[in-house]
Formats: sequence, C-alpha cells, structure tokens
Amino acid sequence: MSTSSTGAAAAPVTGNAVAIKNFAFSPATLQVKAGTTVTWTNQDTDAHTVTSAASGGPLHSAALATHAAYSYTFTKPGTYAYICTIHPFMTATVEVTR
Amino acid sequence: MRHAGWFGGAVVLTVASGEVISHIADSRDTNAGAAAGAAAAVSGALRFVQVSDSHIGFQGPANMDVAGSFNEAINQVNSLGFRPDFVMHSGDLTHLSTAGQFDQVKQMMTGMKTDRVFTVPGEHDSIGDAGRAYRRTFGMGTLGDGWYSFDTHGVHFIALVNTLSLEKLGHLGNAQIDFVRKDLAGLPSDTPVVVFSHIPLFAMYPKWGWSTDDALKVIALLRRFSSVTCLNGHVHQLFTKTEGNITFHSATTTAYPLPKPGRAPAPTPQVVPARQLKDALGIRSVGYRQGDRELAIKDQRLA
Repeated sequence: MSTSSTGAAAAPVTGNAVAIKNFAFSPATLQVKAGTTVTWTNQDTDAHTVTSAASGGPLHSAALATHAAYSYTFTKPGTYAYICTIHPFMTATVEVTR
Repeated sequence: MRHAGWFGGAVVLTVASGEVISHIADSRDTNAGAAAGAAAAVSGALRFVQVSDSHIGFQGPANMDVAGSFNEAINQVNSLGFRPDFVMHSGDLTHLSTAGQFDQVKQMMTGMKTDRVFTVPGEHDSIGDAGRAYRRTFGMGTLGDGWYSFDTHGVHFIALVNTLSLEKLGHLGNAQIDFVRKDLAGLPSDTPVVVFSHIPLFAMYPKWGWSTDDALKVIALLRRFSSVTCLNGHVHQLFTKTEGNITFHSATTTAYPLPKPGRAPAPTPQVVPARQLKDALGIRSVGYRQGDRELAIKDQRLA
C-alpha cells in the first residue's frame, strides 16, 4: 500500500527544515547534528501536528494552521520518529548524530 | 422461524428526487424511498439523526463558512417533519480542539429540536491532549476515555472512541474492547445493535488512515447478533459495506468533501463549485420499528 512513501523515506536528507506539504513530511528522513534546531512549516490548507510517535518523545507541536511553524532543538543523538496526530498515516523520522 | 432470509440481505442504493437513499433490501419493502418514512409513520418507532464532521473552526477554500453549513444542517434536522429521538454527531465537531470551538459547536447543537444530543470524538477533537478538552465539554457521564452505551426502543447503542493514541489507523485499545465485551454479555442475540465510531471499523482505505487497527476484536464480539449497524464519519462521503449480519455506513459531512479513496494523492479538503459543495454535504436519518429486522437509513443532501 505505502510503497511510494517507503521509497521516499529511503534517502535521508541533511538540513534543518521540514516542509509539511500534500499530507507528507518532506524530507521523510532528515539527518542533523546534535544541537540543530529543526523547523517544520505547514504548507497545506489542512492543519497538521508534529508529534513523537512514542509516548514521552520530545516532539509535541500544537495544531499547525496553514503557514504555521514549529521548531525543536535536538540535543541528544538518536532516531526520532514522529507523526501528525490528525493524519497519523503521515510518518517521518529525524536522525540525530554527534 | 429464525431470521431465514436475513443473511442474503443486500444493500440497495438509489437516487430519488435528488436524495441518495440506502437501505437493506427486504422482500416486504421494495420501495427504498418509503423505508425511513414508513418507520417514522408508526407511533413508537425510533427515529434518530446522524450528523458528522462539522469541523467548526476550519478556514479554507473548501468551505469558507463551515459554521453556516452546520447551521443549515441543523435547520434541516429541525425540518424533517418529526422530532428525532436523538441526534448523534459522529466526530470532528471541531477542527482544532480549541475551547472556543468546542463551546461554539455545543451552543450551535442546542438549537437542534431533539430530546438528546450524543457525540463521539474525531481525531480533530483530540489534538494534543488525548481528548481531555473534548471530554470536558461532551464527556459527561461517559466511561473510560469517553465511550458509553445505552438502550432505547429495543435497540442497543454503543458509542466508541477510536481517535486517541493513533498509530496510522484508528485504535480502540484493550480497555475499551473489554468494555464492549462486558456490555454485550447477556444481551440476547436478536437485539439490534448500533455502533457509532468516528473512524470506520472496516478497512475502507487504510493508506489514508480510514480503518481501525484492532476493530476485528470488536467485530468478533458482534458477529452473534442478527442485526448490527455500524455508523461512522471521518471519510466525508457516503459508503456502505455489508459483512454477514454487520452493515457499515459511512456518513457524509457538513463541512467539506474529501476525495474518493485513491482518487487523489492525499485526503485533502476538496474545493468544488458552491452548488456541488451543497450536494456533498448532508445529514442522515435512521428509522427503526420494534420487531423489524433492519434499520431504515436515509441520507439527505443539504438542501
């Protein structure tokens, strides 16, 4: 079912920005160094959230209306999976390295 | 004489004078249009209304006035020609779960001429707080995370919450499934059962989250009943599916249309011309007469 999104997630991208567009996080896999502040910007007409997939995870945005943004500074290395709680089929990951 | 012909029932969809009408085919009743009306004409019959996905607070080109559309839906409920026993709103009352949006939709719904208003939460009503703001406004007297059941006119109703702790699909959780198990235990198998949930309990289109990952555990508990009707919202379009004695009916929306499964890259609010918007919005009335096997379901476009 989700071959296209799995395919998109295959290639990690470096940077510090994630676009929320067409009900997807882009890039689906973002690689950053510890200490980087990542900013998500909603470019859709519907609202989205940036929320850690596991309970207790650090990502917990409010509902982002169109053009709204959310930022988080990753201090610890690790793999951070997150979803949009309104559209939980939207999944993505931030990989934080030293 | 048990329910002999019952298992061969088929859903018939017809369009009559601009109304999309669905009901279960029945040898005694071949006129789809008469189904809801016939039940309504008999005193003592149960008549209720389902409205869904009002998204109060949504702002976008797909509907520049969702509050206005919801008001029209309320007026339509009040112009049915009968006073429904209750109105069920099957979720996404609000768009962003704010206190102001919950207050607004609750106040608007007091304008509906009915004895009781019930709700189940949508994922838009549970943003960021696992449904706490929703339950403060609408959860009085409910159990667990907001689920409950009640009986009226010989029908057993169960209202489920499948929009919390989402992981790709809707989710019920073991506590709620235990509630359903205990709730159904001891209920005679010929009791008609109606189940409300926001997200479909069947796999309508899992790629867009239009399914509930642990629904089969509840479906298994419902299989022994001779008539089960599952009514959901979430997908903003009419859709019916029958599995043995269980029939699933997705309701339309009062806010804005969504694409048919797979017909667009994502379930994005659809911008359509104003006339077509009204065709996509509507309400559903349901009639049931004690002793009947099936509920009569009638979907009406926003006039």
